[in-house]
Amino acid sequence: MLIKTKADLTEADVTPEHIYRDRRRFMQQGAILGASTMAALTAPLALPRRAHAQSPDLVQSPFSTDEDKTSYEDITTYNNFYEFGTGKDDPARHAHRLKTSPWTLSVSGECDKPGTLDIEDAVKPHTLEERIYRLRCVEGWSMVIPWVGFPLGDFLKRFEPRSSAKYVEFETLHDPKQMPGQRRPILEWPYVEGLRMDEAMHPLTILAVGLYGKKMPNQNGAPIRLVVPWKYGFKSIKSIVNIRFVEKQPTSSWMKAIPDEYGFYSNVNPDVAHPRWSQARERRIGEFRKRKTLMFNGYADQVASLYAGMDLKKNF
Amino acid sequence: MNSRNFNTSIKPIVFLLCLLPALVLAIRLWLDKLGANPIDAIADSTGEWTLRFLLIALLMTPLQKFLKWRWPTHIRRMLGLFAFFYATLHLITYLWLDQFFEWGEIWRDIVERPFIAAGVAAYLLLVPLALTSNKPAMRMLGKRWKPLHRLAYIATLLGVLHYWWMASGKSDVSEPMVYALLLGLLLLVRVRLPTRT
Repeated sequence: MLIKTKADLTEADVTPEHIYRDRRRFMQQGAILGASTMAALTAPLALPRRAHAQSPDLVQSPFSTDEDKTSYEDITTYNNFYEFGTGKDDPARHAHRLKTSPWTLSVSGECDKPGTLDIEDAVKPHTLEERIYRLRCVEGWSMVIPWVGFPLGDFLKRFEPRSSAKYVEFETLHDPKQMPGQRRPILEWPYVEGLRMDEAMHPLTILAVGLYGKKMPNQNGAPIRLVVPWKYGFKSIKSIVNIRFVEKQPTSSWMKAIPDEYGFYSNVNPDVAHPRWSQARERRIGEFRKRKTLMFNGYADQVASLYAGMDLKKNF
Repeated sequence: MNSRNFNTSIKPIVFLLCLLPALVLAIRLWLDKLGANPIDAIADSTGEWTLRFLLIALLMTPLQKFLKWRWPTHIRRMLGLFAFFYATLHLITYLWLDQFFEWGEIWRDIVERPFIAAGVAAYLLLVPLALTSNKPAMRMLGKRWKPLHRLAYIATLLGVLHYWWMASGKSDVSEPMVYALLLGLLLLVRVRLPTRT
């Protein structure tokens, strides 16, 4: 008998919880979800190994934290996703309107092989990994989320970006019928976010298609979203339909809405306060006392060099 | 039941109704029904009920004057004191559950962030009003009591501003807008009222 490694234990830790947490919802949705959808979902998740056909068997990542994970329920009921309303519980209540299949993802701009892909074709070539990341919201709370995804850099390389591609711009779906929050002009729709090329190619940056070993819930940005763990949560744009390689720094929706309060970089930084509240501490969901916020959300070892020599107070 | 009896018997009922939001909040906390971030939920709820009670209290005089009802004057003080009660819960939530009594942090918050300063100013204005809401204080203050208690309008204005400034950082001021409109309406009615009864 094999003695399990630490990585295996982490993995084993994840699966029972999601099955436990999610059994009821799974059974409720089972009837609704078409068989074809199920096949499409589980097939890519089970690609790496098929040893345990029941549970998604994901490659573990050295980038994962071993901190306690936030519960599936909290991750899927406490969301900022203004496309479904500005209340924290609005996304969980309204995101069922979002139709995530079929879904096409278009990649264009400064690249040699632009293309429009079905979500399945976008995901298929990649090995799905579990990445257990801290998520720090600009509002002052945080979670630990076991994402399922693959490096954004691997995906972007398929389209052969040119040297003129200095930034990557992302766009969320714009359809007020499916996204009732877009009927109010709270932000300029569609939601736009951007990364510098080196940030986009960084191995920590992923496209996520699931969490807790299962398909991404709509309220968390299904079918495909960005996760940039060292930046405030709003940078990790959800339900992406367009990706563009561009020469000039994109202007994100939040930069347009409140330019003095939200900048392009939006790196987690305890020393640079949001004009309306301090960023020095955060409340980890599920904990009583606040904890100190870490520089770059605790990923300084991996990403601080990206910003060497930059004034992070100016480039907030 | 004659009108005098009605005016006095309404008080205990209103008292219990005013306690209801706090009770509901306590029960939801006990049952773990406040969502993923219960402390934020408590802060939001107590803050909103403070504004609601301030507005309801400010509505009583116009009601009494326009509709010639007596009961609004009988419960006005209680409503004002409940506004102070919810404001106190809101402040305690901030000082304890949000800042854990780290006075240095709290002071920096007040100095650096206008929305916190507005909230604290609103609370400080409510303190003398709560303290002088009894008969001996009224007698002692005499003619000065009324102008002093007009501070309730300023406090409410600061309270709405506090909410507005916080919400505008999240780009959605629709809820504070409702409170601002209601307060504007109450002020407008005030201006058009005869100054003496």
